[in-house]
Amino acid sequence: MNSAFFLVLRRMRAPIIVLIVIYAISVFGLTLVPGVDAEGKAAAPLSFFHAFYFISYTATTIGFGEIPTAFSDGQRLWVTICIYLTVIGWSYSIVTLIALLQDKGFQNTLTVNRFSRRVRQIKEPFYLVCGCGETGNLICRTFDRIGHAFVVIEKDELRVQELDLQDFKTDTPALAADASIPDNLLRAGLKHPKCRAVLAVTSDEQANLAIAIAVRLLNPSISVIAQGRTLSVTANMASFGTDHIINPFARFAEHLALAISAPERFRLIELLTALPETPLPEIHRPPRGRWILCGYGRFGRLIADQLMPAGIELTIIDPSCNPEEMANSIRGYGTEAESLRQAGIASASGIIAGSDNDVNNLSIAVTAAELNSSLFVVARQNHHVNAPLFDAYRDDYTMVPSRIVAQECIAILTTPLLAAFLSLLRERHEDWSNALVCRLQGLCDGRTPAVWGLKLNISEAQAAYRALMQDRRMTLGDILRDGTDRSQPLPAVTLLIRREDGLILLPPDSLSLAPGDELLIASSLAARRNLELTLYRPSELDYVLTGHEVTGSWVWNWLAARRKAGEQPS
Amino acid sequence: MNLEKVIFGFFIVLAATLNFGFFIGDIDRPELHHVYELAAALVVSLIATALKFGDRTQIGAIHLSTSLVADLQLIAAAITWAVAVHATGEGMTASVTSSVVSLSGGALFANIVSVIILIVETVMLRR
Repeated sequence: MNSAFFLVLRRMRAPIIVLIVIYAISVFGLTLVPGVDAEGKAAAPLSFFHAFYFISYTATTIGFGEIPTAFSDGQRLWVTICIYLTVIGWSYSIVTLIALLQDKGFQNTLTVNRFSRRVRQIKEPFYLVCGCGETGNLICRTFDRIGHAFVVIEKDELRVQELDLQDFKTDTPALAADASIPDNLLRAGLKHPKCRAVLAVTSDEQANLAIAIAVRLLNPSISVIAQGRTLSVTANMASFGTDHIINPFARFAEHLALAISAPERFRLIELLTALPETPLPEIHRPPRGRWILCGYGRFGRLIADQLMPAGIELTIIDPSCNPEEMANSIRGYGTEAESLRQAGIASASGIIAGSDNDVNNLSIAVTAAELNSSLFVVARQNHHVNAPLFDAYRDDYTMVPSRIVAQECIAILTTPLLAAFLSLLRERHEDWSNALVCRLQGLCDGRTPAVWGLKLNISEAQAAYRALMQDRRMTLGDILRDGTDRSQPLPAVTLLIRREDGLILLPPDSLSLAPGDELLIASSLAARRNLELTLYRPSELDYVLTGHEVTGSWVWNWLAARRKAGEQPS
Repeated sequence: MNLEKVIFGFFIVLAATLNFGFFIGDIDRPELHHVYELAAALVVSLIATALKFGDRTQIGAIHLSTSLVADLQLIAAAITWAVAVHATGEGMTASVTSSVVSLSGGALFANIVSVIILIVETVMLRR
């Protein structure tokens, strides 16, 4: 039984005993006081049955009157006392109950119970999101949009309440608790058979580490994705087999280096890993040449590690730099014109404002742009709340850690095939990437396409799988038609097909499908639903393949089959 | 000494003794089984039940369940009495008396189990 019930019983013990005693005293008294009969002579007192009946309706203030006969004065005296006694007893019980309901601890117990019950009742696969700050919130909203179930644990109660106010399509269980405590993870469904993965994306690295360890030990079969920003923590996470460690700084540094060395391929990766149906990211073409890096902390070091091998000359500005020890470095903040001039701003082609202070970063960016207007400015945005400032400033490229982490989480979880596709990209030429980028950008007018995976099996594409198993031939081009009007092609690009004998990159429309094929498709979310329905329902698939409208009703199908048989006499 | 334990033990034993007092005597003779004793046994049994509320241990659960059985039996006995005396007007005949007393006998058994658990619990106590 749940703990709230026991808490009520325990707290209600005293009032219930008081009530029993008061009832007992009243009933006993009433069975002792002599009554009076119609002629005014003394009569026997009420029996237990009548006394209990009388006290029952008097104590609950129903008050039927003096039943079965009019009372004697002695009885009335006793009943007066009883009335006050029982009112006290009932008031005490009710006041205790109300106090209990308003009790913080009791309400907390109720909330936790309700949360665990809802988690237990989840029927579909779900993700466990630990931490609902900027990153977590972005992930949750995306999950909601693409229709994945998820459970949230967040330490800050206010954020959980805010979560309730966001109009999610589904009613998401959320608990205000510390996710680094294993009990809370278990309550949130860590051992639930439908739990697919845990995302440790709190702002506290140590908490992420604790979550990752807890998941590894308590439920080793599910994958865990953790966010880490310092080298020691990410190394620690890797040491016990965390499936994916996302370091937003390292990822951004890689992206920046790639954007300089292979801009078209970078653009393609950016499009494919962007959150689905968000506005197309701006085109970034950071120039080669000499760059200035302001801030040489965790972020700065990772940037330097990536850019220097790519053949970029870097000048570093940091308050902790010692120009005598490190070549090309200047002591300063970069917010003042003097240190920027020292760093040779006039001849530089780009600047990275990468300190952990948003205001300083903006100040660096503005000052640098005044000194050299042709400069390519990269700014690091630490807090989501400052987004309007960065939007207003319009730097060339903004690094938003929460967005990077969210994108990567979604890409890993929803499309395992994407990693295979991205690794194939390395060998491709820039022109090839450019052609694909043009196709992808046209898919859903001005927004990024959703990249999603589909397996031709019985659970995901029932109708198509059955048809393929019956040796019915269908090509990729056959199924990529609009299910409402088959003359229209479905705006979707098939990026990759994985089958037993290998990977097929950008398969042609004439390719014949086989059961068990895994498809990686880029399209709008509407086109995704369209195609999924086509492949799932036999009647829809029939229409798309042949143009015949089949009603799907059993009787009608039977009649149609009979008529067909009648037309072709054997 | 713990006052809570004293009260707890007191009510459990009192419920059993009152129950025994009502039960003892020839089963079909109404003059040996006074209705006040039944009422007292019922009230004390209810109080004992309330005292056992909210204990989540295994022993606490068995305590509560035996008490609930005793309550049920005594309430059944009281209803039988009320029906015979007031509803049907049959009065305390030998058969009615024996059914009331045998119901209270069942309750007595549950109360004895309660007392035994209480003793076992005490014996197992090491402090």
